[in-house]
Amino acid sequence: MLWLHTWLIGIKSVLLHPLRSLLTVLGIFIGVASVIWLLAIGAGISQKAQEQIEGLGADNIIVRSVKPAKAPDGSTSFILPYGLLRADYDILVETIPTIRGALPIREMRREVRYGQRELLARVVGCTPEYAAITQLEIDRGHFISDAELQLEKNHCVLASNVVDTLFPYKDPIGRRIYLPEAQDYYKIVGILKYRAPTAAIGGSLAAQDFSQDVYIPITTLRRRLGDTVVVRRGGSREGETVELNQITLQIDGIENVMKTADLVQQTLDRRHSKLEDVVVIVPKELLEQAETTRIMFMVFMGVIAGISLLVGGIGIMNIMLATVMERTREIGVRRALGATRSDIVLQFLIETTVLSVAGGLVGILGGAVCPYAVSGLRNILTSYASDLVSTLPQLVQEVTPILHPTYFALAFLISVVVGILFGVYPAIRAAHMDPIEALRHG
Amino acid sequence: MQLAARIHELTKDYVLKGETVRALRGISLEIPDGDYVAIMGPSGSGKSTLLNLIGCLDRPTSGCLQLGDDDVSSMNDGQLSRIRASRIGFVFQSYNLIPQLNVLENIEVPLYYRGRITRLERSRCRELADLVGLSDRLKHRPQQLSGGQQQRVAIARSLANDPCFILADEPTGNLDTGTTKDILDLLDDFHRAGKTMIIVTHEKEVATRARRIIRLRDGRIDESLVQ
Ligand SMILES: Nc1ncnc2c1ncn2[C@@H]1O[C@H](COP(=O)(O)OP(=O)(O)O)[C@@H](O)[C@H]1O
Ligand SMILES: [Mg+2]
Repeated sequence: MLWLHTWLIGIKSVLLHPLRSLLTVLGIFIGVASVIWLLAIGAGISQKAQEQIEGLGADNIIVRSVKPAKAPDGSTSFILPYGLLRADYDILVETIPTIRGALPIREMRREVRYGQRELLARVVGCTPEYAAITQLEIDRGHFISDAELQLEKNHCVLASNVVDTLFPYKDPIGRRIYLPEAQDYYKIVGILKYRAPTAAIGGSLAAQDFSQDVYIPITTLRRRLGDTVVVRRGGSREGETVELNQITLQIDGIENVMKTADLVQQTLDRRHSKLEDVVVIVPKELLEQAETTRIMFMVFMGVIAGISLLVGGIGIMNIMLATVMERTREIGVRRALGATRSDIVLQFLIETTVLSVAGGLVGILGGAVCPYAVSGLRNILTSYASDLVSTLPQLVQEVTPILHPTYFALAFLISVVVGILFGVYPAIRAAHMDPIEALRHG
Repeated sequence: MQLAARIHELTKDYVLKGETVRALRGISLEIPDGDYVAIMGPSGSGKSTLLNLIGCLDRPTSGCLQLGDDDVSSMNDGQLSRIRASRIGFVFQSYNLIPQLNVLENIEVPLYYRGRITRLERSRCRELADLVGLSDRLKHRPQQLSGGQQQRVAIARSLANDPCFILADEPTGNLDTGTTKDILDLLDDFHRAGKTMIIVTHEKEVATRARRIIRLRDGRIDESLVQ
């Protein structure tokens, strides 16, 4: 049996039955293209979902100062120094390469006044990046800028509740609020949109209420308000000195979070061996959620891909069975002329291979247009049925398919294998036909 | 004289839904090299069964069948295929050309089941097409040919692997008298060239060409007649 001849005959038989071959190729085409589409769209959705989870702070590690249970031995002062130091911040940022960004935060309760109105606010000293990472939205004006940070300006940004309480009738932008304890004025440069109190978002994992916040440059806070806070309690005075309440570390990828957290913990353990005054908080639940989402998508896509290939494979098998029936007599003739059973198996296998490969190639083209088709479809839908589109989940509205060369390879390989596997059965059936019976066949 | 085939007490039973049909009930026959045998007999007497056994398309239930020096009655499917590929040429009543192949490709089919193919064999196929008078039709498909022309292609095909035997099962059964004569003339030519011919027929005119006529009845040789 000659290989080249067999292949040529295979291709020839395929071409001689254009409709039948077209249907088979169509089956494989649909299988391959849909697998690529599903993988691409799945990868797109998965990435979006991962981004959303990252947006919630899955790639953030939070280091917080905690007040130790007891003062260190031998301490005589009524003022207790504890917590994160600015030096800790520098060391972490300089020594750990997976840290993409770091956010120092100092916060304290302070009374703020405007005219007769007053409020116990949380004064937050922060840097300009704070707004993005904590997902604060500016309503009017601007957030603390780099220049304001550098120049230690007495500028502030107010959360919406503070605005409502202090400025029920006036526009706060450009006016000054007064901090009586510091005897200091702060000019309002921006106000924030209302933000519902949330659990586990952005800078901190603890449930947070942002509504009473007054944001000022952390440099200003250090100079004007200092690190030490003293409160009168009963007859005695009690105080604490804290340089930073929190450092939010942004890690350069979800997969590096746990590793980096260990490093941070080790570094801080060394520097805070006397007092247990810092904690490292890892967004475990978010990381787990990200992982679960990823696995869920993979399983989902695997199932769908399997089903579509099975359907394609059964299509091939049907057509090959029909082919075998239709060509029973040819099989008999070839057997009579000396073909062995394996010659016949080979012949039909080659035909299915030709069909599956052709289908696979066309399917790859069909898969490659996925991103264009999806965006085209979205454009059409948004212009003709925008109501319908707006009811779809955000994730679906925004998804951009991601094509990866391995998807093509995978889909093609699987389709060809499926095609051949489903082609084997009819081929073997053909080969084991009694040649005399086959010759007698219509 | 060298024997092309030696058949001894050959039987063939078919089991159909528990019922046994005894198609051949003990055939003994010796066919010398280059012989021309016509097998005749009423329908259902076992002519085709005998021809298929000689052609290694089937295996006997019992008895001995020897082709040349080889005992083929105990061979497996692969071995029988090889014998068919190298020593047997079949001609069928309904031509049985492969519809998707053209005339030349049809003639070449047996070559591909012998493992290798030489330029010489290729050109011999063209010569065969020439010998059966179809050299101007090489690229035609079977559907484009008349019955007689198709049978010529089939005869050329049966000779492609240069077999010892030409086995023809009612080769003129579908043809008119004129065409029948052409086909028989052609077979005569190849017989003269040294092939052993076994031809199943129920037409007297066909059988008269043979050297020997064997008449079957109910799976047995009823009469063996040398002309
Ligand atoms: N595959 C088969 N299964 C069952 N019976 C068969 C089969 N082939 C042939 N026969 C029976 O064997 C007998 C001889 O058949 P066959 O050799 O075809 O006769 P002929 O060619 O002389 O007309 C018939 O009775 C036929 O019915
Ligand atoms: Mg018959």
